Amino acid sequence: MNIYINGQAQTHDLGLSVHGLVEKLELANKRYALELNQAILPRSLYAQTLLNEGDQIEIIHAVGGG
Amino acid sequence: MSDPLVIGNRSFDSRLMVGTGKYKDLDETQAAIKASGAQIVTFALRRINIGQEKDQPNLLDYISPKEYTMLPNTAGCYNATDAVRTCQIARELLDGHDFVKLEVLGDTKTLFPNVIETLKAAEILVKDNFKVLVYTTDDPIMAKQLEEIGCVAIMPLAAPIGSGLGIQNRYHIRFIIENAKVPVIVDAGVGTASDAAIAMELGCDGVLMNTAIAEAKNPVLMARAMQYAIKAGRDAYLAGRMPKRPYASASSTTEGYFF
Repeated sequence: MNIYINGQAQTHDLGLSVHGLVEKLELANKRYALELNQAILPRSLYAQTLLNEGDQIEIIHAVGGG
Repeated sequence: MSDPLVIGNRSFDSRLMVGTGKYKDLDETQAAIKASGAQIVTFALRRINIGQEKDQPNLLDYISPKEYTMLPNTAGCYNATDAVRTCQIARELLDGHDFVKLEVLGDTKTLFPNVIETLKAAEILVKDNFKVLVYTTDDPIMAKQLEEIGCVAIMPLAAPIGSGLGIQNRYHIRFIIENAKVPVIVDAGVGTASDAAIAMELGCDGVLMNTAIAEAKNPVLMARAMQYAIKAGRDAYLAGRMPKRPYASASSTTEGYFF
């Protein structure tokens, strides 16, 4: 299936969970927040949330700013 | 003498708030913020660089939310929808932390606030239980409206963001302070220590700055200077300044002359 992560198209196997995705992206120990199709997805739901064709994921973190 | 700054239900000893942008690297960011004595630190939210993140240090590794009160901001947002979305992401990132610095910009040249969109966003965020510290123009009427809808601090600009021009309209800042029941914090436009001291002497409850420290030749030293300026300005305000008079008034007694 094709999904979009921070605007980039990627192909992953069907049945992949959000937890599985962030593991694959090596983000395990990083601080970030995640949106699935423009809705916040709480961390507690990563494992049970399966991704679908065309899903849009935003992975957002803190950067310097004033 | 205890003179805390109270915002929402939180109390702070420092009246200086600092940003984290424009530093050479995260070591410099950390050192300057430490030297500033600030307890409230603002930052922005952006996409992670997918595939390049593994060994990249993050701002929050250097500026710990355990040590500082983090103030996520909506910098770069030009409408209420984007600003609200950014705040919701920030709350998830910081495990429910509810302080946000709302800024909704109007154009890229001045970075002046779009006050209509700011007001819209503030209403939504207040209803959603955020503690909104709001960046706005130095318009006393808009400042009052933002307070009335429930913002916990009003943050008028001194001058455009990053301009370093200092307070351009002291009367407007005074009017805002006179009318406000929540803290008034000058946000943006401070260039050097005297600008910060003037803001505090006018009666501001605090000052938020980024570029004045980060773009100094020696940011750590400027951070310390700002800490002193804020304290000096606050003390001068509380002390109550002497009246201005057009002519001289001798400091030595005019009695007992022997010449």
